[in-house]
Amino acid sequence: MELTDRNAQWRDELRYSMSNKERTEIARVKMNELDGEYRSHNSEEVNQGLTKEQALLEAKRCLDCPNPGCMTGCPVGINIPSFIKNIERGEFLNAAKVLKMTSALPAVCGRVCPQEKQCESQCIHLKMKKPAVAIGYLERFAADYERESGNISLPELAPKNGIKVAVVGSGPAGLSFAGDMAKKGYDVTVFEALHEIGGVLKYGIPEFRLPNSIVDVEINNLEKMGVKFMKDTIVGKTLSFDDIKAQGFKGMFVASGAGLPNFMNIEGENLIGVMSSNEYLTRVNLMGAAKDEFDTPVLKGKRVAVIGGGNTSMDSVRTAKRLGADLAMIVYRRSEDEMPARKEEVKHAKEEGVEFRTLHNPIKYIGDEKGRVKQMLLQKMELGEPDEKGRRRPVAIPGATELVDVDTVIVSIGVSPNPLIPRSIDGLEVSQKGTIVVGDNMQSTIPMIFAGGDIVRGGATVILAMGDGRKAAAEMDSYLKNS
Amino acid sequence: MYKIINKEQFSENVFRIDVEAPLIAKARKAGHFVIIRIDENGERIPLTIAGSDLEKGTITLVVQRIGVSSNKLCALKAGDYIADVVGPLGKATHIEKFGTVVCACGGVGTAPMLPIAEAMKKAGNKVIAVLAARTKDLVILEDEVRKVSDEVIIMTDDGSYGTKGLVTNGVESIINREKVDLCVTIGPAIMMKFVSLLTKKYEVPTVASLNTIMVDGTGMCGACRVSVGGETKFVCVDGPEFDAHQVDFDGMMSRMGAYREQEQAAFAKYKESING
Ligand SMILES: Cc1cc2nc3c(=O)[nH]c(=O)nc-3n(C[C@H](O)[C@H](O)[C@H](O)COP(=O)(O)OP(=O)(O)OC[C@H]3O[C@@H](n4cnc5c(N)ncnc54)[C@H](O)[C@@H]3O)c2cc1C
Ligand code: FES
Repeated sequence: MELTDRNAQWRDELRYSMSNKERTEIARVKMNELDGEYRSHNSEEVNQGLTKEQALLEAKRCLDCPNPGCMTGCPVGINIPSFIKNIERGEFLNAAKVLKMTSALPAVCGRVCPQEKQCESQCIHLKMKKPAVAIGYLERFAADYERESGNISLPELAPKNGIKVAVVGSGPAGLSFAGDMAKKGYDVTVFEALHEIGGVLKYGIPEFRLPNSIVDVEINNLEKMGVKFMKDTIVGKTLSFDDIKAQGFKGMFVASGAGLPNFMNIEGENLIGVMSSNEYLTRVNLMGAAKDEFDTPVLKGKRVAVIGGGNTSMDSVRTAKRLGADLAMIVYRRSEDEMPARKEEVKHAKEEGVEFRTLHNPIKYIGDEKGRVKQMLLQKMELGEPDEKGRRRPVAIPGATELVDVDTVIVSIGVSPNPLIPRSIDGLEVSQKGTIVVGDNMQSTIPMIFAGGDIVRGGATVILAMGDGRKAAAEMDSYLKNS
Repeated sequence: MYKIINKEQFSENVFRIDVEAPLIAKARKAGHFVIIRIDENGERIPLTIAGSDLEKGTITLVVQRIGVSSNKLCALKAGDYIADVVGPLGKATHIEKFGTVVCACGGVGTAPMLPIAEAMKKAGNKVIAVLAARTKDLVILEDEVRKVSDEVIIMTDDGSYGTKGLVTNGVESIINREKVDLCVTIGPAIMMKFVSLLTKKYEVPTVASLNTIMVDGTGMCGACRVSVGGETKFVCVDGPEFDAHQVDFDGMMSRMGAYREQEQAAFAKYKESING
């Protein structure tokens, strides 16, 4: 392929147009961001994207390595040097085409992927003590350019084969599976429990980080490719697995996510004002609760504590700030180094005035006479020996506690797999943690059922979910062709 | 979009609405509920399924006008559409032959009780229903309940119909005269609490169907959580029915008031918008 051939003439010429030394001397681009104080009062997207000039310059930093490390860091194996070099030569639409060869949702991934832990962590620049090429920003640039140009290319579709396949759940895993199967000519129907398509991309990740309109464009494209969406349909409740089979579906991909919020089971956790991040974010993002014209209410706390240090915690605490909290605070039991959230999210939260209370852990909530939370008791912690994963374990410092006034507490300490599907299908093997057990080919113990994304991994990431969807599509295709 | 096929007024504030939802009509069992969203700006509210018609592909909902959403819903007419109806949700009622089953309902609780009484009767139980309401006009579905019960006792607060007294008086009179193997109770939380306290005294196993605040109804948010036997349960997936003697009704009632201020303000605004 001309677009991805490292030895194509245009690519050779580009490579020799500038020395590696010159390339490495260019400073890494800075993302254009809205001002911290300004943005902490609205839902406008914080990252504004790169300009053409910025993207052209940043693309020059890429050395077009013969054995690109970045690609090994990408869970879906995007041909990173090829898309970047297409940017460098000004062929932005072609750059987007390269992205779409392996990624179903580049505009989404360019915004929410933890690049610093994936592709960018393997960049050659780091070995030279320079910051990595801003691969994520460039990915977003190319995808946005294509969308805004109005020239979105629909992938080529194989002739229809008339075989029906079902998808359970419309998060990133389900969407990428649906796209790939449609490309292969299958008749794809996606069943979604909620009234919106998109899974966590819609109900979880806030507008200021991932605008819904971006997700909707991707969904429209899938519709144009012939994918059918059935909202308000819970597989295992509205339709049983037997109903699905009776309707003639030959394969089913379960991508039902990790929807069940964990609580700590400590005193006072059921007080009014204490809620899961899923509830808080769903009210605001899916139900429009922060806007007057919507009926769903949300507590607009003035003193808000968010328990946990992941992306979900950062999204919640930054949302609280936007809903008018005077004090919006992260409470995390380890130190900032161990926080699982993306570095960028932590930085953004700080710029917006979020307080960080690390090495603290709530042990009890205290309510007023109306049953509303008014205080939380925090236990101070220190770091002890490393655990199995190598993260240093937090240990309580005896007697060191502190009482903090709060009116809202958002518990964001992780999720467990949604048990609806596993409970409703006999013979489907489920692990102790409640995840669906699959082989390397994403196939479950019931041959026609494949699964991927958070329901298989527990809470993971958008890109891993997408990668699973892609892999499952290839595997189910060969399974259906050979049976 | 889900079409309203039929609408009937039961009492001043209580309406019966039949909605076209063929998949739910087919899948639902006694004890199940649905979540509906009336329009694009609506909230998601749980409503217990009171019945279904397989031929027409409809489910029956019985709704009491209280806040914004229930008022909006009751203002719709046959032929109008509801944006979303999803279900059937929750676990179905555990039906078996227990012996004598008392169905204690308050107010609109009679509607979700109807399919349960029916199923209990079919399973060979002797079914005694106690229908309680503030006053005669608020007693609903009496004929329907009679059809599936061996006996119906009506209790009104003001004595305008049946016997004067509370639901608990009715239940206690049965317990005092014969052996009761199971009590099922559906109604306002405070009423279920007192039924539960009463049957606990007499050691009659009791099931209550809880109506907490919900958002998704699929176990995703935890808004519906309630403490049962000291453990936190999600009403939408672990319930809605629980061993009443284990339920922390006070905690539940407190949580049901979580958004009271917002609800009242929204309702005032809503009334203004329809009057002005
Ligand atoms: C607030 C938040 C922020 C995050 N931030 C990031 C980030 O910055 N970067 C990143 O990479 N990852 C992030 N993640 C994680 C990421 O969103 C998930 O790993 C990813 O969405 C999982 O995709 P999925 O397709 O497996 O499931 P989901 O996105 O969870 O989608 C599952 C869908 O299935 C539906 N469903 C469930 N059961 C049924 C059923 N029985 N029938 C029909 N439908 C059903 C659900 O309603 C849901 O819509 C974040 C998660 C959250 C909650
Ligand atoms: S309503 Fe959200 S978990 Fe029950």
